[in-house]
Amino acid sequence: MSEGTQKKFMFVNRTAPYGTVYALESLEVVLISAAFDQDVSLAFLEDGVWQLKKGQQTKGIETKNFSPTYRALEGYDVEKLYVERESLAARGLSEDDLIVDVTVLSSAELGKLMEEQDVVLSF
Amino acid sequence: MLHIVNKSPRERPSLDACLRIAEPGSLLLIEDGVYAAARGSESAARVQAALDRFKVYVLLPDAEARAIADRLIDGVTAVGYDGFVDLVAGHRNCQSWL
Repeated sequence: MSEGTQKKFMFVNRTAPYGTVYALESLEVVLISAAFDQDVSLAFLEDGVWQLKKGQQTKGIETKNFSPTYRALEGYDVEKLYVERESLAARGLSEDDLIVDVTVLSSAELGKLMEEQDVVLSF
Repeated sequence: MLHIVNKSPRERPSLDACLRIAEPGSLLLIEDGVYAAARGSESAARVQAALDRFKVYVLLPDAEARAIADRLIDGVTAVGYDGFVDLVAGHRNCQSWL
């Protein structure tokens, strides 16, 4: 990538954390893109909001609990985390249930933000 | 019959198909299927409504991993892997709604 080129990347997370590998793979790509000094934002909608649920205990399913990684994103200058309000509500969740600080947006606001991106990757 | 649902109720219509078609019996929610029993969710109302027709079980390790073990709706029974085996062994047949 040529020096000084910075694009707006949005990673759209729409899947629950452990039933498929998408959530973990998304997180890997987010960390890679952050290393390339890009303008990264993450959106969590539909079942993707479950990725941020507090209190995940994965010992019983013998799988790595990767949810603490969301808290480490700040250290990689990934600070734009957006959650769709409607997705939270449909699942009985509120902002207090999430392990990181996020910006809660309406569907329309989120749609507008997606429109502003150079690259949108959906997981 | 033991009916097993492993998909999120909002990702796929597996649970709804099961509840619509299956004869009364037992229903075991595993993997992403456990989200259906999360209190306050839209799907929880549908599971609640099915409790008079189905004995509903939730695989606890899957609920713990997804941080909903402490918010399962009343009336469902949490089971471990040993309980899963007992359920399969204790029913004449089972059906996985993939």
